[in-house]
Amino acid sequence: MTKAVKTQLDSDFEELSAKKSWYAIFFELVRKQPLAAAGGFIVVVMILMAAFADLISVYDPEANALEYMLVPPDEMFFLGTDQFGRDVLTRIIYGARTALTVGFTAAIVGSTAGLVIGVASAYFGGVIDLVVQRIVDVVMAFPLIVLALAVVATLGPGTQNVIIAIMIPFIPQCARVVRSNALAIREIPYVDAARALGFSNTRIILRHMIPNVMAPYLIMLTSFLGQAILLEASLSYLGMGVQEPTPAWGLMLQGGAEECAESAPWVAIWPGLAITLAVFGFNLFGDGVRDTLDPKLRSR
Amino acid sequence: MYKYIIKRLLLMIPTLLGAAVLVFFLLRLVPGDVCEVRLAGTGLYADPEEVLLCQKNLGLDQPLMVQFWDFIWGYVVFDLGDSMWTGFPVTHEIGLRFELSLQVAIMATFVAIAIAIPLGIISAVKQDTWIDYLVRAFSIAGIAMPSFWLGILIILGLLISTQAVFGDPWMPPIDYVPIWEDPLRNLSQLIWPAVATGYRYSAVATRMTRSALLEVLREDYVRTARAKGLVEKVIINRHALKNSLLPVVTIIAIEFAFLMGGLVVTEQVFNLNGLGRLFVESVGNQDFAMTQQLVMLVVIIFVLTNIIVDIFYAWLDPRIRYS
Amino acid sequence: MKFSLTKLAVSGAVGLCLAVAGTSISKAGSPKSGGVLNFVVGSKIPSYDGHKETTFGMIHPIRPFYSLLIRVNPSNPSSPTDFVCDLCEGDVPKPTENGTKYTFKIRSGVKFHDGTPMTSADIKATYDKIIFPPEGIPSSRKAFFKAVKSVTAPDANTVVFKLKFPTGSFIPALATPFNFVYSKKDLDTHGLKWHQKNINGTGAFSFVQHQKGAFVEGKKFADYHHKGQPYLDGFKAISAPKLAVRVAAIRGDRAAIEFRGFPPKHRDDLVKALGKKITVQESDWNCVLLATPNQEHKPFDDARIRQALTLSVDRWGGSKYLSRIAIVKTVGGVVFPKHPLAANMDELVKLKGYSKDLNASRAEAKKLLADAGVDKMPGGLNVDFNNRAVDQPYKVVGTWLIDQWKKVGINATQRVQPSPQFYATLRKKGDFDVSVDFNCQSVINPIADITKFLGSAGNNYGNYEDAELEAIYEKILRSGSESEQRSLIRKYETRALSEQAHIGVTLWWYKINPHRSYVKGWSIAPSHYLNQSLDNVWLDK
Repeated sequence: MTKAVKTQLDSDFEELSAKKSWYAIFFELVRKQPLAAAGGFIVVVMILMAAFADLISVYDPEANALEYMLVPPDEMFFLGTDQFGRDVLTRIIYGARTALTVGFTAAIVGSTAGLVIGVASAYFGGVIDLVVQRIVDVVMAFPLIVLALAVVATLGPGTQNVIIAIMIPFIPQCARVVRSNALAIREIPYVDAARALGFSNTRIILRHMIPNVMAPYLIMLTSFLGQAILLEASLSYLGMGVQEPTPAWGLMLQGGAEECAESAPWVAIWPGLAITLAVFGFNLFGDGVRDTLDPKLRSR
Repeated sequence: MYKYIIKRLLLMIPTLLGAAVLVFFLLRLVPGDVCEVRLAGTGLYADPEEVLLCQKNLGLDQPLMVQFWDFIWGYVVFDLGDSMWTGFPVTHEIGLRFELSLQVAIMATFVAIAIAIPLGIISAVKQDTWIDYLVRAFSIAGIAMPSFWLGILIILGLLISTQAVFGDPWMPPIDYVPIWEDPLRNLSQLIWPAVATGYRYSAVATRMTRSALLEVLREDYVRTARAKGLVEKVIINRHALKNSLLPVVTIIAIEFAFLMGGLVVTEQVFNLNGLGRLFVESVGNQDFAMTQQLVMLVVIIFVLTNIIVDIFYAWLDPRIRYS
Repeated sequence: MKFSLTKLAVSGAVGLCLAVAGTSISKAGSPKSGGVLNFVVGSKIPSYDGHKETTFGMIHPIRPFYSLLIRVNPSNPSSPTDFVCDLCEGDVPKPTENGTKYTFKIRSGVKFHDGTPMTSADIKATYDKIIFPPEGIPSSRKAFFKAVKSVTAPDANTVVFKLKFPTGSFIPALATPFNFVYSKKDLDTHGLKWHQKNINGTGAFSFVQHQKGAFVEGKKFADYHHKGQPYLDGFKAISAPKLAVRVAAIRGDRAAIEFRGFPPKHRDDLVKALGKKITVQESDWNCVLLATPNQEHKPFDDARIRQALTLSVDRWGGSKYLSRIAIVKTVGGVVFPKHPLAANMDELVKLKGYSKDLNASRAEAKKLLADAGVDKMPGGLNVDFNNRAVDQPYKVVGTWLIDQWKKVGINATQRVQPSPQFYATLRKKGDFDVSVDFNCQSVINPIADITKFLGSAGNNYGNYEDAELEAIYEKILRSGSESEQRSLIRKYETRALSEQAHIGVTLWWYKINPHRSYVKGWSIAPSHYLNQSLDNVWLDK
């Protein structure tokens, strides 16, 4: 008897998730979402750039060569050099590493933590839900820069702390969206059935709740990717992010680049474009994922 | 309905209290001292006696719980304290800057609406055509561009282009005049940041307009209207748009709340003496008294906006208020 | 003026400013009256009380409202020794009674902005507040006046300072631009804290308004004691924390001048865009960035490691290249490079890290590191390098230093922190291996300024004790003649920078003030704190 119900539940779940297999999502995306495909292309190029940075560029991204200070773009330095004689293109290519590391880690960890909190809050309800939701309220309303400053100043700067600073505001955002979706699922009879059968909370959450909120989770996750890269750039620009001489796009735009904006525009323009293009790519991709996964928006 | 409103307002209290605890202790977790910043201006020398005296005068030598109690008690007796940097009352310091931030937020919202609504409609109506793609690419580019970068380009572009055209370079004024004193000067300063941020925030609103409209266009009554043979334009104007506006209004309201305190970078680039800049400065001075009140102000604006939106929803949809 | 001209000729080799060097310094025509001077200030105003504050963010907008007893000569501000009377009359007095008594004759007919006449009683009340503040009243520079025994006003036109012992640093300390003269009446009736939020001085301008965070406005004070001055009808000091905005403001003529200094690239852009409408004044700057190893952290207690740190730095190359991108330029030792007490070239190149033979220096650095056993350390020598989150010149110099150290195999990780956290790391936590540090003073006073290198000094963050260095300093203090002082300072310098390498001096700052050419009368000083009374500034429009 127990076994029979369990299989029934599992097949229910399989049916639900079968509707959106990864394979189908991918094809639907390319066919119906040329913009998303373009975004995906940008993302893939970035990932390749980051992965093979050492092979693509012959220069050292950190070593100074003051005699080549602020050389305009030419056949030796395709995008010119910066104030310390470092090749701008090389720093942009290596900067993709920083951007992707920060972007992916912050988005994945942030939204996953949000997922867990959101589902748990919805599943347990009652006082837990009330308390969690108030905490979510507080963090959501809190200005990011104070959080970022506090995190960076207390933990010390460095890439991992920048990731933490960026990640924190993602958690409540994702938790809130996931919770509202999970609340609806909680009411579906099979969850009650599973509970009646004495399945553990962990099992119900992992096997039945979480798979059913994957759509909002993935939507949030992809939309965070672009935001995280932009936030990293902004924090670096405000001096609270990644530090010299690590190549990072926001850092490249700071101070010196503003001074050189006119006399050596290549120092200011290219990193800015790199940020813009990367965030653009991730957002297009994210929009596509959202349109594909969100049944309300799936056209006709 | 009243019960719902009261319930929502009561729920504000734990949120605000939580925010107060969070900001108070977060700020004090960060190393650094307003007195050292004040005294180490030249040569990194700060007379230790003077530092102690300064801390005593500011009440920083008191136990943390006493300081926290003073902070909370301040709300009860409507005394928000004095800035630890300038010594003037916090309310006095915030006053004028609030006015400026409010004006920029309002102007940016207008810009965002002016861009978002038409583009969102076009995009939805022409769904999955090249027009739709173009509009979406345009609006996403708004989010993608770092605002500090855009700001630098705008100012430099203005300087170079005006010099090329008129011979003398022109840039927006760098000091604020209230709009009723000199509207022209006021607008010539604030229009640029308003456009820069308005464009940015229009991206979110455009997307929301588009998806909300798409959803409504698939509803039964619109189909009925179509079936009745009504012209597409009439359908959109009379039936679909009105019903899809609610989520758009929501998103604009929430963005507006963010604009009030979130223009940190833009204010720096355009030299606006607004709340964002005051915020950066007071954080940079470790001026706890000022920073915590500013954070609370931003939190209150955010929470209130959310409540108003929720009440609005509840008023439209009775199911919410009884749930 | 002569000083600026020679500096300009030297700097001409560097950049575009060469093109304007000839036209940059105004031919001293007769001053015209009228007009309002707009200028931008990159820092914030704390309170208005000069005695309490230490930032130029207060000096630039507030100093024009006040007068000093004596000041740096506004027509020759580049001289480190030229002081003139402001509220006193005649020449700055020579001390009597073995250098322990200074008698000032006070100018008569001076009025405060509220109409109260100024007398010696006001000067006495002011200096009593600065030197002997009652408990609870802040005074940031009372340590400058440790030698003062008493201030008295025997009659309405005389003030007498009595010292406990003779000191050459008393007159420069008096000329410090923070020593605003307040009215005794205000201090008596409103209390000693009144000036933190209110302004009533005898300066060339009277206070009109302060829009918090935005600007300070002043208007011409008709009863100003320097007759015929000020030439301006008023001024407006506009706050603009962002450098790019300040540069754009001058370019777009929203402001005519910024008094702190711009990096060389901005100077070049302004000159290129506006040609003769921009005048550039340049000067050495009495500020220097230092790299201070923390001797409480191993292995920086080992002099060889510290010497390797300073030996690896290419100062001459840095001077050539960094001066194109940052506000640093001059290679120097412990004393302001243009001062008679500073090391000359021959003396300088003998110090470790100052040799013109870079390869030899770096080879020596590597050898020292090997001797100190660095190659046995896992991963080599790793340095936690504390820096301040200010672009010019801290972060530029920091990035450069990291690369210099890397050339001898030292790996530094930079930790850039906003000012409050930077101070906390230096002063309280001490959790750094090497930190950027600075020495930045207003009035040039080498004997006082070099205390920075003493382990016992309040602003020394190296955490070391060096009895020998302290002993040399005691001798410098007590030495009478300049030549003796000079040779003792050389010994002090060699000990601090070479033998012990307690602190690495990087490059001295270089002040560049490009301004609208219609601003006349203002001459650059070697400090952004000096020559800001604005009474001799006029507009040639």
